[in-house]
Amino acid sequence: MNFLIYLINGIGLGSVYAIIALGYTMVYGIAKMLNFAHGDVIMIGCYTVFLTMTRYGMNPYISVALSVVVCTLLGITIEKIAYKPLRRATSLAVLITAIGVSYFLQNAALLLFGANTKSFSNVVNVPGITLADGALKISGTTIVTVVVCIVIMLILTWFIKNTKAGQAMLAVSEDKDAAQLMGVNVNGTISLTFAIGSGLAAIAGVLFCSAYPTLTPYTGSMPGIKAFTAAVFGGIGSIPGAFIGGILLGIIEILGRAYISSQLSDAIVFAVLIVVLLVKPTGILGKKIHEKV
Amino acid sequence: MKRFNKVVSAAVASAMVLAMAACGGNASDGSQAASSAANNNAAASSEATGNTGADQTVGTFVIGGIGPLTGGAAIYGNAAMNGAQIAVDEINAAGGINGAQIKFLKEDDEHDPQKSVNAYNSLKDQGMQILMGTVTSTPCVAVADKTAADGMFQLTPSASSVDAVYNDNVFQVCFTDPNQGTKSAEYISEKKLASKIGIIYDSSDVYSSGIKDTFVKEATVKGLEIVAEEAFTEATKTDFSTQLQKCQSAGAELVFMPFYYTEASLVLTQANNMGYAPIFFGVDGMDGILSAENFDTKLAEGLYMLTPFAADATDAATVKFVDTYQKNYGETPIQFAADGYDAIYIIKAAIEEAGVTPDQSVKEIGDALKSAITSITYNGITGAGKSMTWEASGEVSKAPMAIIIKDGAYASVE
Amino acid sequence: MAKLNLKSIKKSSKDAFITYALVILVYIVMQILLKGGHVSSLIQGLLVPMCVYSLVAIGLNLCVGYLGELSLGHAGFMCVGAFTSAFVSKALRDSIQSNLLLFVIALVTGVIMASVFGFLIAVPVLRLKGDYLAIVTLAFGEIIKNIVNVLYVARDDNGYHFAFSDTKKMSFDDSNGIWLINGAKGINRIPNLSNFTIGIVLILIALIIVYNLVNSRSGRAIMAIRDNHIAADSVGINITKYKLMAFTISAAIAGAGGVLYAHNLSTVTATPTNFGYNMSIMILVFVVLGGMGSLRGSVIAAVLLTLLPEVLRGLKDYRMLIYSIVLIVMMLFNWAPKSIEMRKRLAEKFVKKNQTKEEA
Repeated sequence: MNFLIYLINGIGLGSVYAIIALGYTMVYGIAKMLNFAHGDVIMIGCYTVFLTMTRYGMNPYISVALSVVVCTLLGITIEKIAYKPLRRATSLAVLITAIGVSYFLQNAALLLFGANTKSFSNVVNVPGITLADGALKISGTTIVTVVVCIVIMLILTWFIKNTKAGQAMLAVSEDKDAAQLMGVNVNGTISLTFAIGSGLAAIAGVLFCSAYPTLTPYTGSMPGIKAFTAAVFGGIGSIPGAFIGGILLGIIEILGRAYISSQLSDAIVFAVLIVVLLVKPTGILGKKIHEKV
Repeated sequence: MKRFNKVVSAAVASAMVLAMAACGGNASDGSQAASSAANNNAAASSEATGNTGADQTVGTFVIGGIGPLTGGAAIYGNAAMNGAQIAVDEINAAGGINGAQIKFLKEDDEHDPQKSVNAYNSLKDQGMQILMGTVTSTPCVAVADKTAADGMFQLTPSASSVDAVYNDNVFQVCFTDPNQGTKSAEYISEKKLASKIGIIYDSSDVYSSGIKDTFVKEATVKGLEIVAEEAFTEATKTDFSTQLQKCQSAGAELVFMPFYYTEASLVLTQANNMGYAPIFFGVDGMDGILSAENFDTKLAEGLYMLTPFAADATDAATVKFVDTYQKNYGETPIQFAADGYDAIYIIKAAIEEAGVTPDQSVKEIGDALKSAITSITYNGITGAGKSMTWEASGEVSKAPMAIIIKDGAYASVE
Repeated sequence: MAKLNLKSIKKSSKDAFITYALVILVYIVMQILLKGGHVSSLIQGLLVPMCVYSLVAIGLNLCVGYLGELSLGHAGFMCVGAFTSAFVSKALRDSIQSNLLLFVIALVTGVIMASVFGFLIAVPVLRLKGDYLAIVTLAFGEIIKNIVNVLYVARDDNGYHFAFSDTKKMSFDDSNGIWLINGAKGINRIPNLSNFTIGIVLILIALIIVYNLVNSRSGRAIMAIRDNHIAADSVGINITKYKLMAFTISAAIAGAGGVLYAHNLSTVTATPTNFGYNMSIMILVFVVLGGMGSLRGSVIAAVLLTLLPEVLRGLKDYRMLIYSIVLIVMMLFNWAPKSIEMRKRLAEKFVKKNQTKEEA
């Protein structure tokens, strides 16, 4: 019975990692860059929801929608200013700029909102499910997060397969230069990717903070790195991979803590990650890299 | 291109040398007296601060504050510095210490020992004579080593590890970690709150694991049974369901939580979600939980904590401090703010006891204050009965207050 | 005459000599300034940290710039170096009187331990590529940090006591012994043995090792692997051997940085800010900003970026905000194709002007 409880908790935690990892992996798949600022965009999204709801008493749905708009605009702006000029430079240079952006967002939030912890109110008011005479509880937040994850995953997959913009993304991710030659607007496509990724970050942020309701300017950095781990775990660039990677990461973290050692839970998670990557060097659902000679 | 790179690197290199020289130069130009005074410790530092004008006869005490003003621990550093600033403003408005005004300077250490030493050196350059800091334990150990070498008096508002006060020039305002662990175990066994105890603690944090270690030791002595001892780390401090589940399965009636309220509010939320309602027992880091913006205070109902400060205490001094704090910073002060506030007044009391003047050297002031602080009794806003005395070891002796949260407010328990 | 000599030397060794000369020059200038009392306490206190980060950046540059493998775990090697050496120097403090000897022993053990870890990690990890390699090195760094936080070593009259995560089983009484490593509390009261001179000497040694390596046969093999590992393989280069060699040396240099770090502060604890992935990323920033494959650039970037947030202290609350903006701007200036083109044009103009002057 305890095992089932741990498993459900693991899925709860994992679903949050998964939804953050979706945005991460999408940007990576198309723009081929690790957007270390993704976690901090999430944080900004959370603050938007928090302020509009608690300070101005807005309806939760409106404030979530507003936060999606804010994050999308933020994502586009960041991309324009900090990443676009480096499009032809090495991917490491963009990575470093992303770190700069991450510091910037954290410190801007610190100045704007103060260092004090804010308690986020749960936006999700779906009742949980109780099984086995109350011994097993699945919280409403977990259910919503998993459902939202799957919905987003399906929409993204559909979008990429069936729309012109999606096909353009696919083309850009395969070969930027060839895509350009075929008349695809590469810059526009990458901007669109950032816009979608950042919009997803807002939704991820709301669900993250609903599940774990504390908010500080540094709220985004830890989930950011965990989502990166999850995305790599599942095979970076693969959308279903991010989902699977996130859920697995959550389960491993909880089970490792429950059955091996709570002090060493970080080490356990990362050790499992290393073993998985050694067996499958491109993650669980990662594409095999074919190298041209 | 190659050639150009060379040009750039030469330019950057020379800029670097110039920058270093300039930094040195600036410091010696801008506050020449300051840096030389700090460097040789013997020169009078009155020149450094002589520009205050009005108090040329009595001078100005320069007190430095170091704490994390940015980074994950920013909340504690900012609180302590804000509290200290209030005390400084009050003292200056009331005519200063023996007529001498206080100049309070704060520097950021990002909760990192190396940055903390940098902050200390920077304050030294600005003519600091007395250090109020650092706010967190690990940086404090590193800085204490430097103040000991310089003979500077150091009073830390909130660094609670024993190693922080190892040197004889360092004193604490807050309890030491072992003190808190022992007192908590004593309290629980005396009041017979529970016999089966679960512990959740941060194994990557000095403060949390320090309290846990002594709590376990004392609890065993008192015959309390520790049924679960579960850790979390800096990287995994969002999900506590497993730790709570283990406490629940082991039948813990009381969960001891030696960590800060940011994490504690998550623990309480998650315990509530799973329908687990043991007695929760926290230490001084728990203070502030009710004032977290938008926190559902119902979750904290029945939470015990052993803390030296409660923001809703009704004595005049606390009320005045809390009012000023709310007016100036728009928040309810947490314990760190109160520690910072007390720290400045303790420095004032020690200065008055020792009779030092701002024109003495850092080392002279340090030596005088070091012995003066052990002979004063200070009444402030932290500690039950509000009176504190100091051992030569640097530890404060004051009594913690047991507080329970009732109807969404702090209430003292006897 | 001197110019002529300089021209006859190989370009690569000229590059190395310029770097050595620069480091020595900075050292001499700083010594003169220090003697004259012109250096503020802040800068004095920063001298050793600047050496620490320069060292680790040199190490990481070997891995990222020359070998072409992204590592986000170098703070882990620093951590190993720092803890091993601090442990050794604290344990031997009573039996060895000479500071220099004690430091050398600590340094050697720290560096050996870091390179052992580097080697052990490299064996499985170097099969991976790109971001997968990055995440695995990050994972190793985090594992090292996590394990160090639950490691307990103490010494009393009965000898040494060890414990892993559980101190209750330790038959150690802290009244008549000392803690050497105390879990999350780390190691305290480490003898203060680092200084600027030692730091500069270590940097010079690291530079000599790396420059000689990259200009040797092995170095060319390492760079061949970076540029095209299939081609390198096909001409008979033993890829595993050279990858291991570069990665291990890189880890060893990072370990030396850790040794210097530990003996500069009296305390060493494994926290996210000093030995976590944040630090690994910070060092990567030095390397990328300074230019991959440019050791001189790494050192300059490490020094500048260590100095920058401290110099900005005057900005008070806006310090870290401005720091992040400067970081972004510097990256754009250094790496954006447009800015490189612009700089090139400017440089050409500059060179032309000089040439015309010379001709005239």
